[in-house]
Amino acid sequence: MLIAAVVVYPAVALSRASLSRYSITGLRQGSVGAANYARLLEQEALPTVVANTVLWVAAIVLVTVVVSLGLAQLLNEDFPGRRLVRWALIVPWAASVIVTSKLFVWIYDYYFGLLNHALLSLRLVAAPVDWLGNDATVMPAMIAVGIYVSLPFTTYVLLAGLSAIPGEVYEAARVDGASAWRAYRSVTLPLLRPALLVAVVLNVIYIFNSFPIVWTLNDRNPGFAHDTMITYMYKIAFKSSLRDIGLAAALGVVNVLVILLAVVLYLRTTSWREAEA
Amino acid sequence: MSAARSGRRAARRVALAAAGLALALIVLAPYAVMVCTALKPEAELRMTPPRLTPIAWRPANVLEVLRDPSFQGWLYASLVVALTSTLIVVLAATPAAYYTARHRFPGRSAFLLVVLVTQMFSPTALVVGLYRQFFDLGLVDTYAALILTNAAFNLAFAIWILRAFFASIPREIEEAAAVDGCGRVRTLVQVVLPLSLPAIVTAVIFAFIAAWNEYIVALTLMADPARKPLTVGITAYVTAYVQHWNHLFAASVIAIVPVVVLFATIERHLVGGLTAGSVK
Repeated sequence: MLIAAVVVYPAVALSRASLSRYSITGLRQGSVGAANYARLLEQEALPTVVANTVLWVAAIVLVTVVVSLGLAQLLNEDFPGRRLVRWALIVPWAASVIVTSKLFVWIYDYYFGLLNHALLSLRLVAAPVDWLGNDATVMPAMIAVGIYVSLPFTTYVLLAGLSAIPGEVYEAARVDGASAWRAYRSVTLPLLRPALLVAVVLNVIYIFNSFPIVWTLNDRNPGFAHDTMITYMYKIAFKSSLRDIGLAAALGVVNVLVILLAVVLYLRTTSWREAEA
Repeated sequence: MSAARSGRRAARRVALAAAGLALALIVLAPYAVMVCTALKPEAELRMTPPRLTPIAWRPANVLEVLRDPSFQGWLYASLVVALTSTLIVVLAATPAAYYTARHRFPGRSAFLLVVLVTQMFSPTALVVGLYRQFFDLGLVDTYAALILTNAAFNLAFAIWILRAFFASIPREIEEAAAVDGCGRVRTLVQVVLPLSLPAIVTAVIFAFIAAWNEYIVALTLMADPARKPLTVGITAYVTAYVQHWNHLFAASVIAIVPVVVLFATIERHLVGGLTAGSVK
């Protein structure tokens, strides 16, 4: 037992250390008091960045969950080639997001990108669109990639939820004369609620934290007009002319608090204590 | 009647298979672009209108990337970081998971909560703090910094999935081993570990892939071009000055393929581990 405890300790210490790192910066700020936070509020870009973040998270989570619901329903059926589809879905999940982001920079390219070519050939657009250089299209273009990389995980979570629903409840619904749509609404969705909540909250955390997509696709654009709170923090700390670790750390603490809030929400919705018994 | 019904079922299966095929094609389309671009000669990258497939297929791109000393350096860095951090994860997670699965001790709940919260956090939000910390420790630009960070953040998933697995192994098996004269350690090594091999394999593959794909910490901590891991290194193929998209994607394909294969093998265990015991 002692031996085990000795081995547990580094695990705890490591987890703890990884968690308390932000407070190390927090301590460093002690010397300037709340000045960094005050300056953070004065940053001109802040309202835009916060609005971007809300849009980024809300749009991706909403579309991802709705589409994944359909995909999970499809993959829950038995049909030839289902394994193949499941494997296909794994690719964007397993591939590093930075590589996928670079790939989309290429696909979105104004001159040589296949997206413009395809849309022009289908006559969906009259002229090529500068997806990543145009203020109106950058955010939707980035959100689309965000949805794409979030779909596999979400679909798999909902699929796990669906396959946990026993077949008899559908049998019962059919006997009671419920239509397919009715059965879906009053049987599937309520039973899927826990899985849906998990999918929503985990996605909120993952997408809020997402860095490579915005970092890569928004690369060409100066300023902070299309940044989220995460990339804004990074630019303040390491890239822009500001190079201000203190200011970035203040925003970092805010980011950590946002995530903590989501984590608390997650723990509440899943009542994790029950599951560990 | 039954013929009509089985006909309808067959039609339904065909429709589902068609929908599935369409889905697979849509999902894979961007990666088809990646593979095709990776096999194009330089001149074909700048064609208008662009085409999906190369006119002259050029597998030599892949060989060129493999022979590129920079690429070899990045590959080496990725392997060192991913393998070492995975080793640390397994060595630390297995006893920790076993202990929490078999014993109740004061602070057990708190420990599991800490594990769970770590899993929710990616290093991203903490990256400024991580940079300060490693800067103070003088570890910026070392593999050690990357290894420690990756190990710390991947530990949670491993503990979680192993703990669930250990808990599912009936105690009686261990008691039988004890009756037969096995010591505590021998029971763990000779009885429990072989039984939990699937969970350990899952934890190993997950930790390896997560470290292999990690980007932001490597981007922040590694300044020396020769010591960067693949995720950060290969972006050097396309910058404001040089645009070797074919080499970038050839390198990407090399980096992705093993990971996708590994990932497919643990797919079944993954969701349970990532949703931390909430979806049963």
